Amino acid sequence: MATRPITRNTVIPGFTPTLGYTIFYLSLIVLLPLSALVFKTASLTWGEFIATVAAPRVAASYRVTFGAALAAAGVNAIFGLLVAWVLVRYRLPGKRLIDAFVDLPFALPTAVAGITLSSVYAANGWLGSILEPRGIKVAFTPLGIFVAMTFIGLPFVVRTVQPVLEELEAEIEEAAACLGATRWQTFRRVLFPELLPALLTGFALAFARGVGEYGSIIFIAGNMPMVSEITPLLIITKLEQYDYAGATAIATVMLLFSFLMLLAVNLLQKWSRRHAA
Amino acid sequence: MKPIKTFAVLTTALIAFAAPVAAYAEVNLLNVSYDPTRELYQDYNAAFAKYWKGKGGDTVTVKQSHGGSGKQARAVIDGLDADVVTLALAYDIDEIGEKAKLIPESWQKRLPHNSSPYTSTIVFLVRKGNPKKVKDWNDLVRPDVKVITPNPKTSGGARWNYLAAWGYALKQKGGSEAKAKEFVTRLFKNVPVLDSGARGSTTTFVQRGQGDVLLAWENEAFLAVNELGKDKFEIVVPSISILAEPPVTVVDKVVDRKGTRKVAEEYLKYLYTPAGQEIAAKHYYRPIDKKVAARYAKVFPKVKLFTIDDTFGGWKAAQKKHFADGGVFDQIYGPGK
Repeated sequence: MATRPITRNTVIPGFTPTLGYTIFYLSLIVLLPLSALVFKTASLTWGEFIATVAAPRVAASYRVTFGAALAAAGVNAIFGLLVAWVLVRYRLPGKRLIDAFVDLPFALPTAVAGITLSSVYAANGWLGSILEPRGIKVAFTPLGIFVAMTFIGLPFVVRTVQPVLEELEAEIEEAAACLGATRWQTFRRVLFPELLPALLTGFALAFARGVGEYGSIIFIAGNMPMVSEITPLLIITKLEQYDYAGATAIATVMLLFSFLMLLAVNLLQKWSRRHAA
Repeated sequence: MKPIKTFAVLTTALIAFAAPVAAYAEVNLLNVSYDPTRELYQDYNAAFAKYWKGKGGDTVTVKQSHGGSGKQARAVIDGLDADVVTLALAYDIDEIGEKAKLIPESWQKRLPHNSSPYTSTIVFLVRKGNPKKVKDWNDLVRPDVKVITPNPKTSGGARWNYLAAWGYALKQKGGSEAKAKEFVTRLFKNVPVLDSGARGSTTTFVQRGQGDVLLAWENEAFLAVNELGKDKFEIVVPSISILAEPPVTVVDKVVDRKGTRKVAEEYLKYLYTPAGQEIAAKHYYRPIDKKVAARYAKVFPKVKLFTIDDTFGGWKAAQKKHFADGGVFDQIYGPGK
């Protein structure tokens, strides 16, 4: 018994079957396809691999994809927090409806989102016809990629921050106020540290989604090589030439990048938790 | 106990649903095609089913699958059970033969006219009144003209566009490979948006109002004009263009396994009959049957056409030289250009 202390007093009984199930399920759903990816890539030599993933056009697409995804996730972190705050703290008319709207980017097929966004932001669209005369071109430029990524990433931040905000009781703020804290101090010293881990999770999720996004972006990006080509498009390009190994090579690099980013965010989260405590 | 019971019930239900399907004497064919043929084959399948039944054959149901030509070929390579493939370019069918060994190498010799029952060409779609006065290919490299075409690396149709422009430059007085490259480079400098597929480009041009000229398959151009308004667009036919031959073939390994070879072969042969040609012409594909073509002469203006085999030495060579990684198209968009 001493060797398996986890089995004692846990709510869900059966450590062995649950662990077995977890590993089996993860292998089947996540690891198997991903290992196939790496396996396919392995048919390239190192030289070919480097030549494929470091080609100037591919490198340019990393900059566009990861840059836009970071910017979009950053914007979503700020404004998603605001949306969550408003939804939790204030009584608004039609609040439930607004709450439901937040999930729409989740539910909408991405290609539909892309077509809709590009029709809104094109020179003859609702917003495009206002913005373009002022010199702001959104559709068919890198800015369009950023807009699409912001659109699809918003729910991640709102939905991770919202429950934490709901847990925070108003008494904490009242206590802070009683002890003489200003509003800004209360936010910075009391509320924000509590929210930060959830905010970082939302940021990471929105970022990861933006990096992997294809459908909503290709319609608004313009897809010009070296300028507004996203990495997933280059993967499709490789596939269109029946270059499976080349496609998986680029995909593997993206996966690696994303994994490192997520790892960094996780570490940051841990650090922020420790500091909050 | 409960989940196991549910599972058992579900399994039984699945088996019960799956079992009776095979009982009828009915032939199912799957035609894997590319995007712009959707309407064509809807009509054609109905006509063929009627014809086959009339000849005392079984009831034929033809299922259709449409998508980008390359994407469709990949699906067949990866195991989509296509009895026949009707794709945008021979290269995609070649790859099915090469990568999955489903078709013999000589497939293109099996049916008349390079196995292309209908042809098409690349034309220009311009806005009504032709405000930029675009008449021929050389207008497309003028600095004031914006051209919309999809990306040749992701779209079969775009490869035809690109090669048509190249062939035009090559066939001018004093034309050379170097001049052709320069011409195509200048043309692509005028392209503000590279969509990933032909329908995407049509949307960009028609709905989003981008560009002055859309390079398009003739049948797509007709479709755009008919669907979206004769008062908004018109078709300009250049002096010379490429003969686009979308080929068809049966997928040997699949029809032999399914026992559908005979029907599948008849299905494709029927495309060459006057009835089949008529349907193709109605959907704005140029018929190869002389009599049918004569009847539709008013629809399809005469244009000098060159073939991919004569000008580029076939699809494989063209693909390798122009569209493979590091090929001419990549050089056009190389860093610092």
